[in-house]
Amino acid sequence: MSPDKPKIKLYTLSTCSHCNRTKRFFREQGMDMEFIDVDLLSGEERERIMNEVRKLNPDCSFPTICIDEQVIVGYNESKLKKALNLP
Amino acid sequence: MTLDKLYDILSRYAESQGIRLNKDKPFVLDIIQGLLTNEARYGYRSCPCRLAKGIKEKDADIICPCVYRDPDITEFGSCYCELYVSTAWNEGALEHQQVPERRPKGLRVS
Repeated sequence: MSPDKPKIKLYTLSTCSHCNRTKRFFREQGMDMEFIDVDLLSGEERERIMNEVRKLNPDCSFPTICIDEQVIVGYNESKLKKALNLP
Repeated sequence: MTLDKLYDILSRYAESQGIRLNKDKPFVLDIIQGLLTNEARYGYRSCPCRLAKGIKEKDADIICPCVYRDPDITEFGSCYCELYVSTAWNEGALEHQQVPERRPKGLRVS
């Protein structure tokens, strides 16, 4: 991991408990993150964001998590910790 | 319908099916809140872990309990959301693994 703070972007659903667990994980780690709740979008905006999701995760499932260049699909604490170089 | 009332209903329903709700109650209440949000939004309890189209006929397979629940419980011990689980999963006799999306790609919002 670079010494700089990782850039964290989440594609989530506001209703999804795995997504909520993922958001909580980053908050508990004190890490800044950006998230987009795709279910709250509509029309062209949703299409544009889903195009981004599809490129990162062809399954288009949630949460889709980007940590710098790395993509993790679903809530998997050990994968997240590994990507973030956390114990 | 309140959160607690729906929890009780779904808990009794799960037992009648020979399965259980995930014993992690706060996690389950979060899922049930998602179901109630989707019910208010779409008029039906669409799976909160999947992006719905908002058209009942097109979301029919993911109205909870989704048609993928039983094969997922048979193969992995839990449904995609980890709402419904087998007793073995709840008792820790089965490894808890991430359930892959079984819904065919053609049916998903993509």
